[in-house]
Amino acid sequence: MSENTRKAPQAALPPETRLALYRLLVELRYTEKRAYDLFLQNLIKGTSHLALGQEAVAAGFGYAMQKDDYTFCTYRGHHHTLARGASMTGVLGELMGRECGLLAGKGGSMHLTSVEHGVMGSYAIVGSHLPIAAGAAWSAQYRGTRQAAVAFFGDGTTNIGAFHEAVNLAAVWKLPVVFVCENNLYMEYTPIRSVTAVEHPAADRAGAYGLPPIIVDGNDVEAVYRTALEVLGRARDGEGPSIVECKTYRHSGHSRADPAKYRPPQELQAWLERDPLPTYRRRLLADGVPEATLEAIERAVMAQVEQATETCKASPAPAIATAFTDLWADGGTAWRN
Amino acid sequence: MAELSYRDAVAAAIAQEMERDERVVFLGEDIAGAGGVFKTTVGLLDRFGPRRVRDTPISELAILGAAMGAAMTGLRPIAEIMFSDFLACCWDYVANEIPKMRYMTNGQFTMPLVIRTANGAGSRFGAQHSQSVENWAMAIPGIKVVAPSNPADVKGLLAAAIRDPDPVLFFEHKSLYAMKGEVPDGEHVEPLGSAKVLRRGGDITIVALAAMVPRALQAAQILAAQHRIAATVVDLRSLVPLDTQTVLAETIRTGRLFTVEENPRLCGWGAEISSIVTEECFYDLDQPVVRITTPHIPLPAADALEDAVVPSVQRIVEEVLRAADFRPRSAHGL
Repeated sequence: MSENTRKAPQAALPPETRLALYRLLVELRYTEKRAYDLFLQNLIKGTSHLALGQEAVAAGFGYAMQKDDYTFCTYRGHHHTLARGASMTGVLGELMGRECGLLAGKGGSMHLTSVEHGVMGSYAIVGSHLPIAAGAAWSAQYRGTRQAAVAFFGDGTTNIGAFHEAVNLAAVWKLPVVFVCENNLYMEYTPIRSVTAVEHPAADRAGAYGLPPIIVDGNDVEAVYRTALEVLGRARDGEGPSIVECKTYRHSGHSRADPAKYRPPQELQAWLERDPLPTYRRRLLADGVPEATLEAIERAVMAQVEQATETCKASPAPAIATAFTDLWADGGTAWRN
Repeated sequence: MAELSYRDAVAAAIAQEMERDERVVFLGEDIAGAGGVFKTTVGLLDRFGPRRVRDTPISELAILGAAMGAAMTGLRPIAEIMFSDFLACCWDYVANEIPKMRYMTNGQFTMPLVIRTANGAGSRFGAQHSQSVENWAMAIPGIKVVAPSNPADVKGLLAAAIRDPDPVLFFEHKSLYAMKGEVPDGEHVEPLGSAKVLRRGGDITIVALAAMVPRALQAAQILAAQHRIAATVVDLRSLVPLDTQTVLAETIRTGRLFTVEENPRLCGWGAEISSIVTEECFYDLDQPVVRITTPHIPLPAADALEDAVVPSVQRIVEEVLRAADFRPRSAHGL
């Protein structure tokens, strides 16, 4: 679905879908903000890469995916993990290095995974998960399951070899995989346009692999959701991979260490006015959704976040013995007899 | 028993496992239509079809990434990386992704995949197609490292690697592909992580791997026939898991240990063996451990140069004889 074709009028989404999308946006926003607060309290150590501002991509795709579909995301993956249904306690607990974390503290912020929810890992090496997602899609194709794999990545990933190797293989083998670029305009600290030969880092490369360029407003959760349904359907029907470039913006810096001072204030202001959450809220209100309905969702989610925070604070550090489990399938770490 | 070449034993093992398990799939460059650049996979495409035996582009990242994604979702892929030197092109998967996924996710995944690759010198291909990189691999927690020295072990250990629930890096040796040997009929599977004592002698113990094993055996014959030195020869077969019990027992028996390694000297596998032996049976040693290795240089291409730097039968014999003040234990009445 290109920008041009999206101009055609579309039927409104069912009210329950719209409220579910809104709720997801609120969950991702509130949890991510809580993660930020917990840093400031030094309850979260290490690094972290917040997705504040980019939640509509995760919510739109996460809601469109089927339960047994596969999500592969980057180190900026809190939102994608939550969007598939992983618990706030599991996510925040992992960030805090507690026993209740999704990975019992063994992975950390950059490796969130919840196989039972189809979250097949967060990958901290740029681009590495794209070929892996292609492999999961190959497996689905081989097993004949109609599952699809979705790999989320940033604009910077489009300049690394793994992107090109993965998209080519997926196109040649017609794999049921969707490559979703969250173009937030910055490759870490550097404007993507200054290090990329084309204007649209993902979409402009699609043609090189025989795929159509798909660009979507990544801050419009409904636009993302509709696009997701279309490309996932194509994948399931054996029509092969898609590349979707979602235009969006990071509200905070690249990582915990980055105050993002390199961004022009006018640019930041313009994107804050397009913040996906209040934008969608205004739209729902304009369409007649009672404010009390939205406030009830917001209150319920905030209560959930508070509850998760308390559970995590009460959770102990992982037992030291945990460091010596599950290197091998036998549960242990022995390398010699 | 049938006589098979080391090369044909590769295809025999893959066929044996594809026959018994529909989840086994095979991908790599030139492996299907061409039957492999070393002709190790001839016939598999005809027998199992293009759905299970798939040619890939020259995309090492895509090959190992796809194998990993497939292994995480219910298949048991075998991925070929044509030359072991090319592992450097996809090292992210070998070092960062495949071996760490289970650990980092607290056991949410198993990773039943095999990476097969052609390793080692002898073909005069120069520094980027002839290396022995088994020591790179053994430094990574979470991946098993296997290197067979004969056709029977190729079949048995490769079959075991395919059945193993953990990732295995399987180093085939280029200079051994033409080697012929007896391979047991019917289903043949050898356990991973057990060294094999190929010959017993009371004076010295030689531990070797892959192409260094036949050389160690030849050296042992010369030492026995010409120098009255009786050597035990241990084929390590696997670096991870490492069968330290066999190495320690055979070292204690003779008091003198020699390792024969094709990898360059620094951080070669023999250094780990030497460290373990020194820590755990120091008082049973009659002399320092001697490591016979390729020097710490890139491999030169010319046959004269390559032959001069990779441990040869003659060098093994010389190093044993040079070992300080060597007198067989039998001379002391021990």
